[in-house]
Amino acid sequence: MKIIVCVKQVPDTSGKVAVNPDGTLNRASMQTITNPDDLNAVEAALALKDTTGCQVVVVSMGPPPAEGMLREVLARGADEAYLVSAREFGGSDTFATSQIIAAAIHRIGVGEGDIVLCGRQAIDGDTAQVGPQIAEKLHIPQVSYVADIQMDGSTVTCKRILEDGYMTVRTQTPCLLTCIKELNTPRYMSVPGIVGCYDKPLTVLNYEALKDEPLIEVDTIGLAGSPTNILTSFTPPQKGAGMMLEGDGKETCEKLAGLLADKHII
Amino acid sequence: MPYTDFALDRQHEMLRSMYREFAETEVKPLAAEIDETERFPMETVEKMAKLGMMGIYFPKEYGGAGADVLAYVMAIEELSKVCGTTGVVLSGHTSLCCAPIFENGTEEQKKKYLPRLCSGEWIGAFGLTEPNAGTDASGQQTTAVLDGDHYVLNGSKIFITNAGVANVFVVFAMTDPSQGNHGISAFIVERTFPGFSVGKPEKKMGIRGSSTCELIFEDCIVPKENLLGRENKGFKLAMCTLDGGRIGIAAQALGIGEGALDETIAYTKERVQFHRRLSQFQNTQFQIADMAAHLQAAQYLVYAAACKKGQHLPYSADAAMAKLVAAETASDVTRRCVQLFGGYGYTREYPVERMMRDAKITEIYEGTSEVMRMVIASSLKVN
Amino acid sequence: MATFNNTDLAAFKDVWVFCEQRQGKLMPTDFELISEGRKLADELGVQVCGLLLGDGVDGLARELGGYGADKVYVCNSPLLKDYTTDGYAKVVCDAVESRKPEVVLFGASTLGRDLGPRCAARLHTGLCADCTHLDVDMPIYKDFLRENSTLPSERIEGVKTAKVLGQDHDVSRDLKMTRPAFGGHLMASIICPRFRPAMATVRPGVMKKAPFDQKKADACQIVALDVALTREEIHTEVLETVKAAKKLVDLIGADYIVSVGRGIGKDVEKGLKLAEDLAAELGGVVGGSRAVVDAGWLSADHQVGQTGKTVHPKIYVALGISGAIQHKAGMQDSECIIAVNKTPTAPIFEIADYGICGDLFKVTPLLTDAIRAAKAAK
Repeated sequence: MKIIVCVKQVPDTSGKVAVNPDGTLNRASMQTITNPDDLNAVEAALALKDTTGCQVVVVSMGPPPAEGMLREVLARGADEAYLVSAREFGGSDTFATSQIIAAAIHRIGVGEGDIVLCGRQAIDGDTAQVGPQIAEKLHIPQVSYVADIQMDGSTVTCKRILEDGYMTVRTQTPCLLTCIKELNTPRYMSVPGIVGCYDKPLTVLNYEALKDEPLIEVDTIGLAGSPTNILTSFTPPQKGAGMMLEGDGKETCEKLAGLLADKHII
Repeated sequence: MPYTDFALDRQHEMLRSMYREFAETEVKPLAAEIDETERFPMETVEKMAKLGMMGIYFPKEYGGAGADVLAYVMAIEELSKVCGTTGVVLSGHTSLCCAPIFENGTEEQKKKYLPRLCSGEWIGAFGLTEPNAGTDASGQQTTAVLDGDHYVLNGSKIFITNAGVANVFVVFAMTDPSQGNHGISAFIVERTFPGFSVGKPEKKMGIRGSSTCELIFEDCIVPKENLLGRENKGFKLAMCTLDGGRIGIAAQALGIGEGALDETIAYTKERVQFHRRLSQFQNTQFQIADMAAHLQAAQYLVYAAACKKGQHLPYSADAAMAKLVAAETASDVTRRCVQLFGGYGYTREYPVERMMRDAKITEIYEGTSEVMRMVIASSLKVN
Repeated sequence: MATFNNTDLAAFKDVWVFCEQRQGKLMPTDFELISEGRKLADELGVQVCGLLLGDGVDGLARELGGYGADKVYVCNSPLLKDYTTDGYAKVVCDAVESRKPEVVLFGASTLGRDLGPRCAARLHTGLCADCTHLDVDMPIYKDFLRENSTLPSERIEGVKTAKVLGQDHDVSRDLKMTRPAFGGHLMASIICPRFRPAMATVRPGVMKKAPFDQKKADACQIVALDVALTREEIHTEVLETVKAAKKLVDLIGADYIVSVGRGIGKDVEKGLKLAEDLAAELGGVVGGSRAVVDAGWLSADHQVGQTGKTVHPKIYVALGISGAIQHKAGMQDSECIIAVNKTPTAPIFEIADYGICGDLFKVTPLLTDAIRAAKAAK
């Protein structure tokens, strides 16, 4: 049994986000972190490793510095890492990305008894699309928004969160689950884990390594090949200074409620 | 000079980020409470144990994490940024108990004690100071008399860090009172040995969550094989152990100072008086600049001493310099930070008053600043 | 270039809305999306069609017409009673492949965000997640940009084409799907120029619902589609669906917080009641300043600030809170701060998005009523 976990290095959008004059993100000024939901996926895999002794393999697509993040996941306890990295893959949308990662997972091998885990969504794009799209490309079942995982042989039973409750969903391995933060609390890296993380195997899969994989369509990868294109990107108008409303009566309150309704925050 | 080459590599950066996240998430939320209630943070020790933090620089064959001394002092620094108590708990355990056993113990002693200490199953402590033997440690009145296959210890030790919770103590006693310093021996004493007991905790000004108690030996039976190092060679062992411990305390002082500065920088950017943020006043800027410069100088000294120890180079004077500068900087920085906070700084609403109280001890224990000056002067042959 | 069956763009027309139902009830988002789809269909000169899946859900279809659906395709099967990714994806993809819509919209619910990507991957087309604005018509789109972006007007005027496989592609008939990214710090308009249908999930609550029109509902054409689905094609099984009795929210996770300060001191019981009423109307929780907690009016878990909790709700209402620095430290990153305070110079007004200078005992109930009315009007 093995668990393949997909992780992504993302800019930390929780702090101050710098935007270039042309409306693109000033990535150089931002810290990078491991995507938070992905750490829940990693933890779920490591918890299963603790109980079953299964192998935990992490996969990330990103530029070469993403190796640092993969080493951190190895330091938490994963066994092996793959970095999918090539200029040809850059700028991929979710369709293209899922195709490339699915090809990498296919290369690593996913079969009976195996599980693929993803975070629900990444904080840079917030799409939540790559997990389900990988599952589709790999022709395996998916359960998204997973808040609990129970394994019984090849049967996987998940608590799948809805807006107003949850579903209990049962499926079989191999399958793909997307994990939410309610699933667990990620463990820290450990000191011995950090000491040993550079001795664990890390393989770079570049364009050459993956281009002949059957799941790769060379026409729909990268910035040029992605089905979706960015037409314009822009910053919303700056939040103005605070506004003192005139009066303290009914009309004032109605005006305020109207402003809130216009902003779609009530 | 290799020992000052501590431009941090990727793994040390990972360690720092792990320690920092751990400190912020697990340690900081408890800091005010354990200070207020004088409670030992056992849950933090258990969490640190899981992460391999209770034996950071010892080899894996003895249950350690296999990292280096620099990795260890960074842990104390990061913990102390948010909680001085937690910093000294780790320093006392590692530098004053694990280290002397690792450096002086027989293979049997190392195999018996280190795996349990490094795993955090057992907590370690160190007993040298006595009511009448503080800075003048040679005035030991605790005695150890060999009686067949065991020693019989009588006497007491005071101000012992971790005493209330420790399972293993490295203690010193006179085996040959006629020889003064050359009649002192070191022993590994387990809490369960007959005739051993722990007194009640001291009420302290700072590091109030750490357990500081008296150790009492009343015909305490210590097996002969628990003699640590050679008989009558205990004074040197104690002094070497304290050289190492001083790096830990220096890192604690450094962390306390850095933590106070972090809090103060954040506060001065928010607090508005006279329609300006405090950070816009030149006094604030100059104070913060001074503090940052002194803290960085202290950090370089602490890391240099740690790297030298890690590389088995002589480091006694380096450790003394690091502790002297870091401790005095910590006291100075925390006092200035309280001043910048003004009235709020004097209240327990903000952590800087606790940090000021915690900082003071670093000028006192494991050798006062005056002792540090003696060690440094002596290394320069000024005597 | 490989050939896919969805590159003959002219063969695709109509705007489709996947209409989600749970336990036989339509979701509010369905009406929002049908209304928005109506607008897009008019811009494109095509029909807007609902796609409704379930077990015996024909009765739900006509209501969708009342919000503008020209046609509702209904797929009934016992296998579609519970939502399963495999079952729903198969039926949606079969319908799309046979009838070729130009645009397909899904609500970005936890189920829509499960189904949409699976379908887009299978249909070999692009999908834009969690959109907050949709346009086809270029002048309307440019008006939107003028109002909602900081782009200079010459940049906005210049939006005509996009580079697609090295060629200039005229975007005038493409669906412009606008969405926030990087936590809302950036917005991007996405197009899907090479493949059809263009697909989007749309954030619930954002699109305006049209007024219900019974005449349109009566005119709506309801078309039953054959469902070719077998149990063996569904690889997940829903064992149970549980509705949470009451959504438990703590201060840190709350989207709406109404906090009270020393200003409620005149009549603590009434002050708290008014705050609770407002919080209930917003769907949030009550918090407090240190002063209120120290006075024992609220328990310590309600405290916001330096020694309490740090919160970042969508709306933070500060009632009778002066805004001491240690309080601000815990709430200044809220999305929208509303302050009600009697003292016009209270520091809380410096960081408030909206300030009302007045007595909280008078203002709070009026505000609760006004918000209730505004929500009802939506």
